[in-house]
Amino acid sequence: MMLKKLGLGALLLTLSGLALAAEWNLQPAASKMAADIHWVHEMVMVLVLVLFVGVFGFMFWSCYAHRKSVGHKAAQFHENTTVEILWTVIPAIILVIIAVPVTKVVVAQKDTSAADLTIKVTGIQWKWAYDYLKGEGEGISFVSMLATSRAQIEGSAPKGENYLLEVDNELVVPVGKKVRVLTTAADVVHSWWVPAFGAKQDAIPGFIRDTWFRADRTGTYRSQCVELCGKDHGFMPIVVRVVPQEEYTKWVGEKKVALAKAADDETKSYTLEQLKTRGEKVYAANCVACHQASGKGTPPAFPPLDGSKVVLGPKDGQIDIVLNGRPKTAMQAFDRLNNVELAAVITFTRNNWGNRTGEAIQPAEIKARRK
Amino acid sequence: MSAVVDTHGHGHEHGDHHGGYSGLMRWVTTTNHKDIGTMYLWFSFIMFMVGGVMALVIRAELFSPGLQIVNPDFFNQMTTMHGLIMVFGAIMPAFVGFANWLIPMQIGAPDMAFARMNNWSFWILPFAGALLIISFFTPGGAPGVGWTLYAPLTVQMGIGMDLTIFAVHLLGMSSIMGSINIVTTILNMRAPGMTLMRMPLFCWTWLITGYLLIAVMPVLAGAVTMTLTDRHFGTAFFNAAGGGDPVLYQHIFWFFGHPEVYIIALPAFGVVSQIIPAFSRKPLFGYASMVYATAGIAILSFIVWAHHMYTVGMPVTGQLFFMYATTLIAIPTGVKVFNWVATMWKGSLTFETPMLFAAGFLFLFTLGGFTGLVLSLVPIDIQLHDTYYVVAHFHYVMVAGALFAAFGGVYFWLPKWTGRMYDETLGKWHFWLTMIFFNVTFFVQHFSGLAGMPRRIPDYPLMFETWNKVSSIGAFGFGISQLLFLYVVLKCIRSGAKAPEKPWEGADSLEWTHLPTPAPYHTFETQPDLR
Repeated sequence: MMLKKLGLGALLLTLSGLALAAEWNLQPAASKMAADIHWVHEMVMVLVLVLFVGVFGFMFWSCYAHRKSVGHKAAQFHENTTVEILWTVIPAIILVIIAVPVTKVVVAQKDTSAADLTIKVTGIQWKWAYDYLKGEGEGISFVSMLATSRAQIEGSAPKGENYLLEVDNELVVPVGKKVRVLTTAADVVHSWWVPAFGAKQDAIPGFIRDTWFRADRTGTYRSQCVELCGKDHGFMPIVVRVVPQEEYTKWVGEKKVALAKAADDETKSYTLEQLKTRGEKVYAANCVACHQASGKGTPPAFPPLDGSKVVLGPKDGQIDIVLNGRPKTAMQAFDRLNNVELAAVITFTRNNWGNRTGEAIQPAEIKARRK
Repeated sequence: MSAVVDTHGHGHEHGDHHGGYSGLMRWVTTTNHKDIGTMYLWFSFIMFMVGGVMALVIRAELFSPGLQIVNPDFFNQMTTMHGLIMVFGAIMPAFVGFANWLIPMQIGAPDMAFARMNNWSFWILPFAGALLIISFFTPGGAPGVGWTLYAPLTVQMGIGMDLTIFAVHLLGMSSIMGSINIVTTILNMRAPGMTLMRMPLFCWTWLITGYLLIAVMPVLAGAVTMTLTDRHFGTAFFNAAGGGDPVLYQHIFWFFGHPEVYIIALPAFGVVSQIIPAFSRKPLFGYASMVYATAGIAILSFIVWAHHMYTVGMPVTGQLFFMYATTLIAIPTGVKVFNWVATMWKGSLTFETPMLFAAGFLFLFTLGGFTGLVLSLVPIDIQLHDTYYVVAHFHYVMVAGALFAAFGGVYFWLPKWTGRMYDETLGKWHFWLTMIFFNVTFFVQHFSGLAGMPRRIPDYPLMFETWNKVSSIGAFGFGISQLLFLYVVLKCIRSGAKAPEKPWEGADSLEWTHLPTPAPYHTFETQPDLR
């Protein structure tokens, strides 16, 4: 008896815990645009609920009062022009009432002019690249990818608070500034979204589209890619850190120094060991999702590199494929990596797992193959 | 199957009425609309089970965050095939099955206009279904691109993608032939006096659906053929590097895709429009306005397609046009809902299983219609596009809409088809279990969507865990409840009590008023005079 009570108590406690943890409405707005969207949504929801209760009030009353079992005799009326005109015209008027405020929001949402900062966002299977094109921070450029460990995903480590919503390099923007976001993609269609800003825009390969946001609160805002883009669609989060202006200026300074430091000397020759060490990192950041750490890939979509004819074949052939991609496959062009990174990663693949070519590819050789 | 065997006795005076074959060959060679209707319905149920198992794989994986059961690649294959099989394999054939069984009987015709083509349009389906299933066993597996088959992701897929494209071609051929047959039958084979405006509403909704199918299935065939040539023959319809545009695919697909929504919904409206007056014992409130509303919805469905694409980045005028056009659909849809409610109003209502499903349809389909109105508004859609809110919305329309109507239709016409009554208690159990578990599964997905959970992801952030758990529990309950449906139908066919000549007091179309129960193998060989 006692045990049963305890069990019931535990069950109720779990349920109430679940209810508390449950997210059931739009995320809090952090921009005027998002706040406007929420307002429109609430207005429409109220209207719709009133209509719903009204219409089904009739239905349920009918179900209750007009049953044969309570002896109700069927009336035989049908067709009534007045009623039919009314229930066509009234919804039309309600639609116009809804359309007016909504149209204003649509027009505002599309106005990407007079931005303080322009950032290009490129969707790449399965990460985001950010390029600061105009405004403070111009020239900053980095790739942002999932920071959640494989162990957490596979369940061998406890999941952290920001599971699947954490990245290695966050997008940083100043608070209160209008940020224009240009989206494009390297391979397939992706979609960039930050719910708290009310900004979502598909990223379409070969085309540039735009949207904008102006964050009115500092903080970290998290989201994910929202257009199915293949195997790891669920694993390319978007994290935006909104900071005060001074902090942003400081970040820009530091980021530029860091990028300059990290810049590689493309004229130098590197040893095989140097290239392999560097290449392993480049591989982990760019190649491992498809070709796997084991180099075995997941054929046939993602072929193995270990023992691959391309990797063990003439180096120019491999350089060309890495630089230009392979059309109609998931193998994209990696020409956005610099010559040192490419030399390193190609050297790594040619001298790792069972591959033993002993060749060290130098940055100059990559440079020569670039068109 | 024994449904028809039971009616054997009724047709003996016509002699060799099964075409001279027995056993399996009878079903392969049959040109009888009732046999073909039966085959469509069983095929659709089998596909419903296959697609349902895939849904359960999806829900099992989503029970907890993290990857437990399937890998992301296989997960994508599941979502893709679940969608394709349910839309093209389960729902569409189910309503073609109803059309085959009922349209000739409701208009007083002996059979469908093109009896041999009818046979062919059914027998294409198992091959198309087989291609879809076989694609799982090809290198790389089935395509993992979503049922919308968006380019250029489709270009990255293996040979399974090609099999899927051929399957879509076959399904399209079958649909086009089926709808030509239906349109021709309705326009040319009505009994004397059965004017268009006297036809049961089910025939009207199918007439309009037939035209929709003939108009848009070739468009879908074009889209997937362009995908095929992009994949193998060096074209670049959807590749910017070759002068194409990935968004072009989306435009073509949704030019098909939005009318497709009504291709599924209109016959369901038709079924419900037969059931509600029958159990209200009262004529349909506004017959003519129902016909006009159906036609209005069908016409509007051709100019709203880009509301599926608000986030691709179209000009503001484009967004406004498609938003206004889409909200207009609420008007004829509202007319239909008001008409159904007005039909029930002051009727003499009873709630046997068909009526329960029709009322459930009315309530939940309208809910799905309202979330559709919410999604039609550009700013809200931009927030909710590609989230679980959309998943919840279209399952309310497709499952609580089309599937509930199909269940209602099966219970309604089973006595006419088999000559036996189904078990009313079990039927009601089936309804209430389906109703409850459907809402447990899908209502909470509105919440996940609002909170920001993207669709088509195999793993999710921790904040979405609660509703996903609830949804998964609901899905398994829903799935198991459908086994009860199978049991009820089999029990009815094998050992159901003998059906009275007119089991439903208020049913007034020709199959109830002019034909015995069960319907003989051949009906209306001499057309009734209804003048």
